[in-house]
Amino acid sequence: MNIVVNGKPRSVAATNLAEVLVELGYTNARVATAHDSEFVPAERRAACRLKEGDKVEILGPMQGG
Amino acid sequence: MRVYGVELPSRLLLGTALYPSPAIMTEAIRASGAAVVTVSLRRESGAGEQGAGAGQRFWDLVRDLGLRVLPNTAGCHSVKEAVLTAQMAREVFGTPWIKLEVTGDDDTLQPDVFALVEAARILTADGFQVFPYTTEDLVVAGRLLDAGCEVLMPWGAPIGSGRGLNNPYALRSMRAHFPNVPLVVDAGIGLPSHAAAAMELGYDAVLLNTAVAKAGDPVAMAGAMRRAVEAGRMAYEADPMEARDMAAPSTPVFGTAAFA
Repeated sequence: MNIVVNGKPRSVAATNLAEVLVELGYTNARVATAHDSEFVPAERRAACRLKEGDKVEILGPMQGG
Repeated sequence: MRVYGVELPSRLLLGTALYPSPAIMTEAIRASGAAVVTVSLRRESGAGEQGAGAGQRFWDLVRDLGLRVLPNTAGCHSVKEAVLTAQMAREVFGTPWIKLEVTGDDDTLQPDVFALVEAARILTADGFQVFPYTTEDLVVAGRLLDAGCEVLMPWGAPIGSGRGLNNPYALRSMRAHFPNVPLVVDAGIGLPSHAAAAMELGYDAVLLNTAVAKAGDPVAMAGAMRRAVEAGRMAYEADPMEARDMAAPSTPVFGTAAFA
């Protein structure tokens, strides 16, 4: 399935958001996720099913002022 | 300083961006004595991608400092973006605190105060403790308090400009209008004298980043800012004298010799 992760097209075998994180190597990372511009809390990632063309954002800590 | 029920041992809040290196950042933060550091969120790279793990390494450094973190919504231009970013920040950093920024103008990074008030209302209702980055507009300040904010953070000058307090009159008015609300001058501080001036006005704290991070010696500047904030606060509490237009001799005139 082709989806867009952090603005980049990706081809994934995953069918839900939790699987995407594992497949793309975020297993132990402290990140938060959004699906089509809606926040998806960690406990709801497995229930967040993906379809072709969906947009996923995976954000982590960064320096800020 | 007490904010959202938390007693903070320092009146300086410091940003974590723009330092020459992670080591200098941590040393500067320690030298500043800050009890709160601001952080942000950005896209995190997956394993094998360029930049993978950078965010996690940064977080490890900040966590080891043992300070409170204040995540921001920098870069957001709408209510929806700011609310979404705040929700994600709460999960990443594990805090209900959010420094709410909604940019209305890209040249000055002036807050869009209309969107700011709306986002503050939504986030407060969702359990956030909002630190709004705002202008010195008193009506907006009142709306933010109505929305549930228990602290206000007016700008001193545009972010990163280092211009100091552009409008001391308005900042003084804000202090007078809201005597019991914690007020923090956020942004625009370039020198320790600017930070001291904010504290002398009776502000509860100062939030700055660039002035320390972009100094030639960030660690030394962090120490200077720490002392300036402390000196400004002590001066405010000491009840400074009134300025006057004409001289008033400090040396007593009584008993002056007559030589002429």
